[in-house]
Amino acid sequence: MADGAKTLKLKRNPMPKQDEHERRRNFDEVALGYTTETAIDEASRCLNCRTAFCKAGCPVNIDIPGFISCIVKGDFASGIRKIKATNALPAVCGRVCPQEEQCEKQCVLGRKGDPVSIGRLERFLADWEAANSAIQRPTLAANTGKKVAVVGAGPAGITVANDLKILGHDVTIFEALHESGGVLTYGIPEFRLPKAIVRREVEYIKSLGVNVVPDYIVGKTRTVDRILQEFDAMFIGAGAGLPWFMGIPGENLNGVYSANEYLTRVNLMKGFLFPFYSTPIKRPARVAVVGGGNVAMDSARTSLRLGADESHIFYRRSRNELPARIEEVENAEEEGVIFDLLVLPTRLIGDSTGWVREMECLRMELGEPDASGRRKPIPVEGSDFRMPVDAVVVAIGNSPNPLIPMSTQGLDIGKKGNINVDEATGRTSRHNIWAGGDVVTGAATVISAMGAGRIAAASMHKYLMGEAAPEQRPV
Amino acid sequence: MYRIVDVKHVVPNMHELIVEAPAVAESVQPGNFVIVRADAQGERIPLSVADWDRDAGTVTSVFMQVGASTAKLARLKAGDTIPTYAGPLGRGTAISKFGTVICIGGCYGIGSIYPVARAMKEAGNKVFTIIEARSSFLLYWRDKFKDVSDGVFEITRDGTAGKKGHVSAIPELLQSKGIQPDLVVVNGCTFQMMRVSTITRSPGWKTIVNMNPIMIDGTGMCGVCRLSVDGQTKFACVDGPDFDGHKIDWDEFLARRKSYSPEEVEPLRKSGCGSHAGCGGKEQGR
Ligand SMILES: Cc1cc2nc3c(=O)[nH]c(=O)nc-3n(C[C@H](O)[C@H](O)[C@H](O)COP(=O)(O)OP(=O)(O)OC[C@H]3O[C@@H](n4cnc5c(N)ncnc54)[C@H](O)[C@@H]3O)c2cc1C
Ligand SMILES: Cc1cc2nc3c(=O)[nH]c(=O)nc-3n(C[C@H](O)[C@H](O)[C@H](O)COP(=O)(O)OP(=O)(O)OC[C@H]3O[C@@H](n4cnc5c(N)ncnc54)[C@H](O)[C@@H]3O)c2cc1C
Ligand code: SF4
Ligand code: SF4
Ligand code: FES
Repeated sequence: MADGAKTLKLKRNPMPKQDEHERRRNFDEVALGYTTETAIDEASRCLNCRTAFCKAGCPVNIDIPGFISCIVKGDFASGIRKIKATNALPAVCGRVCPQEEQCEKQCVLGRKGDPVSIGRLERFLADWEAANSAIQRPTLAANTGKKVAVVGAGPAGITVANDLKILGHDVTIFEALHESGGVLTYGIPEFRLPKAIVRREVEYIKSLGVNVVPDYIVGKTRTVDRILQEFDAMFIGAGAGLPWFMGIPGENLNGVYSANEYLTRVNLMKGFLFPFYSTPIKRPARVAVVGGGNVAMDSARTSLRLGADESHIFYRRSRNELPARIEEVENAEEEGVIFDLLVLPTRLIGDSTGWVREMECLRMELGEPDASGRRKPIPVEGSDFRMPVDAVVVAIGNSPNPLIPMSTQGLDIGKKGNINVDEATGRTSRHNIWAGGDVVTGAATVISAMGAGRIAAASMHKYLMGEAAPEQRPV
Repeated sequence: MYRIVDVKHVVPNMHELIVEAPAVAESVQPGNFVIVRADAQGERIPLSVADWDRDAGTVTSVFMQVGASTAKLARLKAGDTIPTYAGPLGRGTAISKFGTVICIGGCYGIGSIYPVARAMKEAGNKVFTIIEARSSFLLYWRDKFKDVSDGVFEITRDGTAGKKGHVSAIPELLQSKGIQPDLVVVNGCTFQMMRVSTITRSPGWKTIVNMNPIMIDGTGMCGVCRLSVDGQTKFACVDGPDFDGHKIDWDEFLARRKSYSPEEVEPLRKSGCGSHAGCGGKEQGR
C-alpha cells in the first residue's frame, strides 16, 4: 500500500455502516468505523503535502499530514498523540465535525477526486487508543495555586478545563444538569455519538484532577459574583438555551416539541427505555420535523427509531442549502426520512383535545441570493396544502442560555442574548470572566466551541500568571 | 448525592421532603423550585420549596404522590440519598410592601405559600392566609401560618373546617371581614389557581399564580414549560414560574399539562387526589 511509488487514489474508502433497514429501528451507532487495513489504505491516499491546506481548514489546526503518516507506518500511538496535542476530543470530532466544510474541504485531493477521509482517520485513532487502553496522560505543570471556575461541561468548558488543568491550575466545572457533556450528551443521539464515548472523555478530565460539580446552576445556585469570591477567574461555556419557535398559530398544541425537548427526553433521560427509565416519550406514527440542520436530521432519525411509520423533514429551501452535514442527510435518506423541500409551515391545526392533527404549509421557490449568500425562498401563491401529522418537532435554532445574562451585572450582552467577547482572547467585558462556544456565537459546532475554549484558556493562563496575585481577589 | 433528612407523611397522600442541600439552602427564596430525581433512572421533577434552614443547609418541599416519581420519593427514608436536587430555580416571588396581601394555598401549595406569607409579613405587609382542601383532614401546617399572618382562614368543600365551599367563596369571605386586598398570591393545583384568577378579575385584585407546567431541565433549555401570557410565549422555568393570573391562556395551559396523562396517570389512577394533577378526580384522563 504505502509503497512509495504513489499513484493517486481518487476514490475514498467508504465508511462501513449498519444495514439501513436494521438501523432505522435501533439506537446503535450507524457508522461502524474503519478496520485497521482500511485505515492504512485510506491514509496512504494522503500526499503528505508540504503546505497542508487541510490543516488550515481545521479550527484547532491539527497536524493532519503528521498524524496520517503515522497511520501509514502503523504507529498509531504517535498518531493519536499528534492529534491530542491540539484536540482533546478526537473520538467526538472524528464523528461529528462537518469535515466537508472544514479540513476535508481544503484537501488538495478533493480537486481531482475525493478528499482524504480525515475525520474517519481521526476517529480510527481515537477508537484504537480507547480499545487498547493506550490513553496517555499528560504531565501536569506544578500547581499554581490559582482557582478557575468553568460554567458548563460541554465541549467548550471541557476544553478549557483540560488545558488549564494541564497548566497547573485548580479547575472546577459547574454543570447545571445531572450529566456532563452538554449537547454531546443531551442533543446528539446515541446512533451518531455513543454516550459511552462522551462519558469516557468526561472521566478522563476528572482523572486529571478536574473537579466536576453536577446539578449546579450558575446564576441560581450561586451567582457569578458569589463564585468569583472564591475563584480567580471564570470561563462561561453555558451553550445554547431557549429554543426558537416559528411564531405560527398552534405551536403550543400538544404534540409540538422543540428539538431540544424531543432529543433530551430520548438522549439524556433515556425515554426510549420508558418505563424502566421514568421519563415518558410519545411514539407518534406520522412525524413532521421543521428545519434542515443537524438537529433536524437527528430528530427525524430518532422518530424512526421510536417507531414512526413516516418521518418528514420540512425545509423552506432546497437540498443544496440544507445546513446539515452531507453524510447525515444521506444517512437520513437511506433510512427512509422523507424530505419535503421548499415548503414552509404556516399553521398547526389541533383537535378538540388540544393535540396537533394537521399542518398547513406553503410551497416556496428560490429567488435571488440573500444576505447569507443563499437563494431566498419566496412563497408560491395559492400553493397552500395540508398534511396530517401526529407530532411536529421544531428544529429551527436556539438563543443562548439566558440564566447568566439575566443574573450578572456588567457583562456585555449582544442583541440576540449572546455574551460578547474579544475574539482574540475570549475575554468578556468583565476582567476576570471569559466565555466561548454557543453562548457567544449562537448554535455552531463542537470544534468551534473547542477552538474558542482553547483561545480562552491561553488568555486566562496569561492573566492568572501575570496580572492577578491571589491577594487581589475581592473577598 | 443528597442526603434525605426526613420524609414525613403529613396528611393522606401528602409528604414533606427535607433534604440536605447546603448550596440550595444558601440561595433559596420564596416561590423558587428545585428539580429532583429520586433515583438514577428517574425523571427530573420540579417541586416548589416550602421551607428551609440556611444554617443547617436543609430545604423542605411538600409533595403529593401522584405518579411514579413522587411514589419513589414517598418511599425514601431518613439517611437515604437521591442523585439530583438542583436549584433554586425560577425567579422567586416578588416580595415588597404592597399593603394587604392575601396568600392562598391548596394541595402542595399550602406548603409553598408558607415562605411567601412569611416574607410578605417580614416586608411589612398585612398578610391574610387562606388554605383550602376537600376536607379538614387534608389541611396541614395550620399552626405554622399563625405566626406569619394577621389572619388565617380555612375553606373545606365538606365544611369540616372553616368555611364550606371552595375558592370561589373567597371574595365573600374577605368582604365579610372588611379586607380589601392589594395583592393576591396563589400556590397550588392548576384549577385552583385558574379559579382564583377568574374570581379576582372583576374586583380587579392583582393576582400572582405560581405555574406548574411539565418541565425537564428547568434551566431554559428544552422549551417544554412554555405557556402563553398576554399572547406571548413565556418559559415558566426562567421567566416564571410566577405570572399574572389574569394574563394566562388557561385552556391552553391545562391541555399542555395533561399531555403525558395516558402514559403516566392512567396506570396509577388510584391515588384519589381531590385536587392535584389538574384537580384530578374530575379530569377525565385522555
Ligand atoms: C441535536 C444537535 C446536533 C448537533 N450536531 C452537531 C454535529 O454533528 N457536529 C457539530 O460540530 N456540532 C453539532 N451540534 C452543535 C454542537 O453540539 C454545539 O455547537 C456544541 O455542543 C456547543 O458547545 P458548548 O460547549 O458551547 O455548549 P453545550 O454543548 O451546549 O454545553 C453547555 C453546557 O453548559 C451547561 N449550562 C448551561 N447553563 C448553565 C449554568 N447556568 N450553570 C451551569 N451549567 C450550565 C449546560 O447544561 C450544558 O451542559 C449539534 C447540536 C445539536 C443540538
Ligand atoms: C414549578 C413547579 C413546582 C411544582 N411544585 C410541586 C410541589 O411543590 N409539590 C408537588 O407535589 N408537586 C409540584 N409540582 C408538580 C410535580 O412536579 C408533579 O406532580 C410531578 O412531576 C409528578 O411526577 P410523578 O412521576 O409522580 O407523576 P407523573 O406520573 O409524572 O404524572 C402525574 C401527573 O402530573 C403531571 N405531570 C407530570 N410531570 C409533570 C411535571 N414535570 N410538572 C408538572 N406536572 C407534571 C402529569 O401530566 C400527570 O397529570 C410542581 C410543578 C412545577 C412545574
Ligand atoms: S477536528 Fe474536525 S476539522 Fe479538525 S481535523 Fe478533525 S475532523 Fe477535521
Ligand atoms: S491536503 Fe489532503 S493530501 Fe494534502 S496533506 Fe492534507 S489530507 Fe493529505
Ligand atoms: S423546563 Fe426546559 S425550558 Fe423550562
